[in-house]
Amino acid sequence: MLVTFLAGAISMGVIYLYACLGETIIEKVGNLNLGIPGIMCLGALGGAIGINLYYAIFGEVTIGILIVFFGILFSMVFAGLGGLIYSFLTVSLQANQNVTGLALTTFGVGLMKFIGSNMNVSRFPQASLSFKNGINFGNPEGFLGTIYKGFCEIFLSHGILVYLSFALAVIIFIVVYKTRTGLYIRAIGESPQTADSQGIDVRGYKYICIIVGSGIAGLGGLYYVFDRSGGTTFVEAAIEAFGWMSVALVIFSMWKPFRGALGSILFGGLYILPQFLPISNTQLKIFAILPYVVTVIVLIFTSIFDRKDSQPPKSLGINYFREER
Amino acid sequence: MENREIAIQCNNISKHFKGVYANKNINLTLYKGEILSILGENGSGKTTLMNMLSGIYQPEEGEIYINGELASIHSPKDAFTYGIGMVHQHFKLVEVFTALENIILGINDRRSVKEITASIKEITSKYGFEIDLNKKIYNMSVSEKQTVEIVKVLYRNANILILDEPTAVLTPQEIDKLFFVMEKMRDDGKSIIIITHKLNEVMRISDRITILRKGEYITTLNTNETNEKEITEFMVGRKIDLKLERLRILAGPPVLEARNLRILKDDGTVAIENLNFFLRGGQILGVAGIAGCGQKELCEAIVGLRPYEGVITHKGESINGFTPQMIKDIGIRMSFIPEDRLGLGLAPDLSITDNLLLKTYDEKKGILVDRKSARNDAVQLIERYKVVTPSTETPVKNLSGGNVQKILVGREIGNDPNVIITAYPVRGLDINSSYMIYDILNEEKSKNTAILFVGEDLDVLMTFCDKIMVLCHGVNMGIVHTKNTTKEEIGLMMTGSLDLTKDNKKIFGFADDSLVTDEKWEELLREDQIRRKK
Repeated sequence: MLVTFLAGAISMGVIYLYACLGETIIEKVGNLNLGIPGIMCLGALGGAIGINLYYAIFGEVTIGILIVFFGILFSMVFAGLGGLIYSFLTVSLQANQNVTGLALTTFGVGLMKFIGSNMNVSRFPQASLSFKNGINFGNPEGFLGTIYKGFCEIFLSHGILVYLSFALAVIIFIVVYKTRTGLYIRAIGESPQTADSQGIDVRGYKYICIIVGSGIAGLGGLYYVFDRSGGTTFVEAAIEAFGWMSVALVIFSMWKPFRGALGSILFGGLYILPQFLPISNTQLKIFAILPYVVTVIVLIFTSIFDRKDSQPPKSLGINYFREER
Repeated sequence: MENREIAIQCNNISKHFKGVYANKNINLTLYKGEILSILGENGSGKTTLMNMLSGIYQPEEGEIYINGELASIHSPKDAFTYGIGMVHQHFKLVEVFTALENIILGINDRRSVKEITASIKEITSKYGFEIDLNKKIYNMSVSEKQTVEIVKVLYRNANILILDEPTAVLTPQEIDKLFFVMEKMRDDGKSIIIITHKLNEVMRISDRITILRKGEYITTLNTNETNEKEITEFMVGRKIDLKLERLRILAGPPVLEARNLRILKDDGTVAIENLNFFLRGGQILGVAGIAGCGQKELCEAIVGLRPYEGVITHKGESINGFTPQMIKDIGIRMSFIPEDRLGLGLAPDLSITDNLLLKTYDEKKGILVDRKSARNDAVQLIERYKVVTPSTETPVKNLSGGNVQKILVGREIGNDPNVIITAYPVRGLDINSSYMIYDILNEEKSKNTAILFVGEDLDVLMTFCDKIMVLCHGVNMGIVHTKNTTKEEIGLMMTGSLDLTKDNKKIFGFADDSLVTDEKWEELLREDQIRRKK
């Protein structure tokens, strides 16, 4: 049971992890994108369109790697377009970030509902098999065998998108904290004036980070539909809820990718925990708020200790305009 | 002089914001290996001009020649390629980064950290900087941050340095150090433009002086052929009397008395330790001290914005632990003119009228605010203090520093206060605006108002205040009558070299004619301890 729970927590948390990583990149350049739920919907929608396109081109022949490729590509493009809209409005036109983000959420959720309700979803469970395809780890006997099997089920039984998400956490950590590019990105988020006066292309970096971040966040939606739900649930309301949770996870993770990865497992675990406990519907609701409560507690503690290193990027939510007086 | 090589030549530069010219037909010449001061009152366009040289703004008209070639500076990056580096008044540093990270920010330098560190060390030792490259900026003092800024610019091989008010936040010793470095850089062939308000520094450090007034170019003078008086005339456009006046009137009984004050800073460290003082009606008590020695916290505690240990009384009645509203409710008219005008004093995005309303909104009954009379007040205030503004409905953040301060002071004086607490009321203001503020304070003094004046310019404190209390790291070094002291003495007290409270039998800050008896003081102090325990 513990094995099933842990494997479930990881698998569930990946939805949050993609969105959290994407939003982390966006917030690192100082933009608070509340459009994440909408962008995840766009990602799911894009993935669905891509997969239907695959079947339209190749018919019933299943080439797993191509299905996954089509899903990821279209998912990221759609979500990235959402990011492009957001960055054009906030970076170029200086629109209020919160309002733009909320509008984008409404747009993304609405668009998925509008197009998705007429979409042919019949092939999704079939496509989902390509996403979920894990590693076959055999069936050894004995005590050691049980441990081995448990280990494999927790860590190795997942689909490709799970591994990709954790790999991304590592890559993003290295880029943001260990490279010159990351230094520039963090500088922009902390003090765009400083970055600008040092000749860093603030607008360019913001556009790139917001679009790439949105693309990554969109994979969360793709993953939910085609891996976690096995292609059976193509519902925007569920994705929207995961989106808000992911925004909370960014705060919980203190804008750090590794903490985001651990936090996603925690959030995922809290989400599926009720399934493993004999509890009533009311208690279920209480469980559902736990991730938010945890986030609030973390916020309280980091505020009390006021460590400069675990604060949000200083210019978060503030647009930058060079000639402002 | 004229046959020296020219580093920067600006011809007829113009730039305007929202229909108002910030710079109009400015000419400027900077030679190689010289220090040029740019002088002008607030809003004369100094910073705008410098921002155009460093690529933050673009000029709308005119040409800039650098080393004899026509230059177009569209971004800070362009400025670097021309060898121009600017140290801004508000430092452009990332607080959570180390000095090293800030220095290499934005440079495409493929060398290893070790090599970069070595070449930075080379620069620092050449000019005599002291800098810890691995220290985070938020752990640094103002002077250290400035050093990082200058090293940053030098590391970019800048040959033309622009320093925007570099001395405003430094102690005299730090200024000496900065000037020493500047001279070294000049001797090394670099050109330096320095913007400062302090005339004595201009005379001391610069080779030539360019004067701007209201966005226009006035003249350029050789420093050794001019004097402070002439410069001032060029700056303000007419002769003005530089003499500050100390009103000699008979001071009344103590209005505000404070004993055993202990105040903490935001980060929990001690700002003020065991401080006693009193304010008399019709008297100005100056507070001297290096920036950050607890002045800000003291002001905030007095007006009820910051908790404190100890006792403060008003006309013999304890106002211990009162909020600003409670102070107002018992009929004390206390005015606070804080250091941070647009943060603590005024709401930047609100209009002049609305800002005036913030003080008087609860005087009228009913749920609606009385905008009409507030607008009348605003019109009167604008007329009385000659505020330059398009209308009463202009957001105050769009006004220049001097005008913002006039509105704040006007509002705070408007309710006829009997206590005024003010910190650096003329900081960043031009001479005309400064004197207007001094005049207003003197007028209030003649109405028997008790005034606490936190200042930075010792000359002003010496001539303007009746008494000066000197703080050194939150500890009272003594309270002196300005007529019995010298600038040197106060300077020594500021740095902690002289402590009058040490070998003096008299306890400083206790009024001989205190309105509170000794027994009552003890009782109040006991009450304070009980109050804090709760």
